[in-house]
Amino acid sequence: MTTPTAVALEDAKVAFRLGDGRVYTAVEKAHLAVAQGEFVAIVGPTGCGKSTLLNVAAGLLTPASGSVKIFDRPLTGLNRDAGYLFQADALFPWKTALDNVAIGLEIMGAPRAEAAQRAQKWLTAVGLGAFAGRYPHMLSGGQRKRVALAQVLIRDPKILLMDEPFGPLDAQTRQVMGNLLLDLWNADRKAVLFVTHDLEEAIALADRVVIMSAGPSSRIIGDWRVSLSRPRDIFEVRLDKEFHALHREIWSVLRDEVMKGYAQSTQAAEAV
Amino acid sequence: MSRMTLLALQVLVAVVCIALWQVLSTVPVFGKILLPPFFFSNPVDVLAQIVKWFSSGVIWKHLGITLVESLLAFVIGSLGGILVGFWFARQPLVAAVFDPYVKMVNALPRVVLAPIFALWLGLGIWSKVALGVTLVFFIVFFNVYQGVKEVSRTVLDNGRMLGMSERQLMQHVYWPSALSWMFSSLHTSVGFAVVGAVVGEYLGSAAGLGYLIQQAEGVFDVAGVFAGMFVLSAFVILIDFGVTLVERRLLVWRPTMDGRG
Repeated sequence: MTTPTAVALEDAKVAFRLGDGRVYTAVEKAHLAVAQGEFVAIVGPTGCGKSTLLNVAAGLLTPASGSVKIFDRPLTGLNRDAGYLFQADALFPWKTALDNVAIGLEIMGAPRAEAAQRAQKWLTAVGLGAFAGRYPHMLSGGQRKRVALAQVLIRDPKILLMDEPFGPLDAQTRQVMGNLLLDLWNADRKAVLFVTHDLEEAIALADRVVIMSAGPSSRIIGDWRVSLSRPRDIFEVRLDKEFHALHREIWSVLRDEVMKGYAQSTQAAEAV
Repeated sequence: MSRMTLLALQVLVAVVCIALWQVLSTVPVFGKILLPPFFFSNPVDVLAQIVKWFSSGVIWKHLGITLVESLLAFVIGSLGGILVGFWFARQPLVAAVFDPYVKMVNALPRVVLAPIFALWLGLGIWSKVALGVTLVFFIVFFNVYQGVKEVSRTVLDNGRMLGMSERQLMQHVYWPSALSWMFSSLHTSVGFAVVGAVVGEYLGSAAGLGYLIQQAEGVFDVAGVFAGMFVLSAFVILIDFGVTLVERRLLVWRPTMDGRG
């Protein structure tokens, strides 16, 4: 028996109608499968539509053509099997850290006391046991991400979608968060689709690294398997020879796209 | 600057102003009194009038009436503003249809409505309440509308991805956001409730602070007018202080401007 496919995008094309009536194709015919228990990272230059692809998997966007299947069933509406970690702050500012985490259970109808108790456990798991009563604005950027991670994981989603979740954090905090994520993920190995612009982060975390071309009409142009052993430590895996070889190989492809994407964005700026 | 110094300076401003007022209205400068008592009265007379009101107790009835009118105006106006604000924000078509009318009514100086309310509702408290409501309603309405409209896209998506139903989004996302906007305008809306009550009283009534001022004015009792103004200011400051306390309790989750938490 083969492992079931958690997320399957088949020839998914995403297009937006612009204000002046033209149609902007963000992603062209994307073909991507994430197996159950697999950690897949999508890397691409700025504006290549990687977040768009993630939103399609989440059901927040509907593809113009092609299909999305979640555990072999076509996706209609929002993806109820997925937890989504956003790049921007998505916590409810009017709820304490504890309430922010507990809300996921309360929505599903769990009694308040039980939800609070389990939320406290999750806060402790992400290292914020002592910060339960704080409101988001009283927490640092890294702490907010930890709360957000607990908020998503407490619902025990089968699929984890992450949109440059550690993007706004400083370099050290990112690595600490990366290790925390790997530790939590190791416990039950959910299917993960992780979007980032940081190739090193992608290789250090993922089982597979998928590269997208510069937008518009971006495509998936490469797919590498990362066979570094697990469990990994993000600090140490970067010193590994294999890590370097793979990084060089992928970067030789990615670099051209980054340059293309950069050139396009400067041209666009000049045209304005 | 320490709190004490600040307080001392604040008191100093009041002392200087009142002293100038007293001197200029009683002592002739180059044989001429600069502030004729008929038009400006003087601080001693004004204070005497205030003391008389409080010692005889007549003021309490008027303060009570104004307070009740303000509270009713605030509560009714806020409820209406919240309901309609929510409704418009969730039904863009309704909002689009009513938009010009909302703008039109809001552009109208509310004072001109006072005679109509007096005709419809009589000279009792309800015509004043109605005037206050027309002022409070629009402030709360615009803020709630804005609050529901401007919910962060990400927070909303997050709520959806966490599995919230439309009703749960209402309870956990739209409602708190709208309330926070409403509370941020609490000082303004409470202030306008008082304005509505006092202006209404001034234009026709048998009790209230506005009535006191209007009566004093009617008999050229300038000391009485000033006394009414001072009592009214103190009244508004007290209410405002109460609002600040409520606000502190309700908006703990919000970052403060100066970052002191």
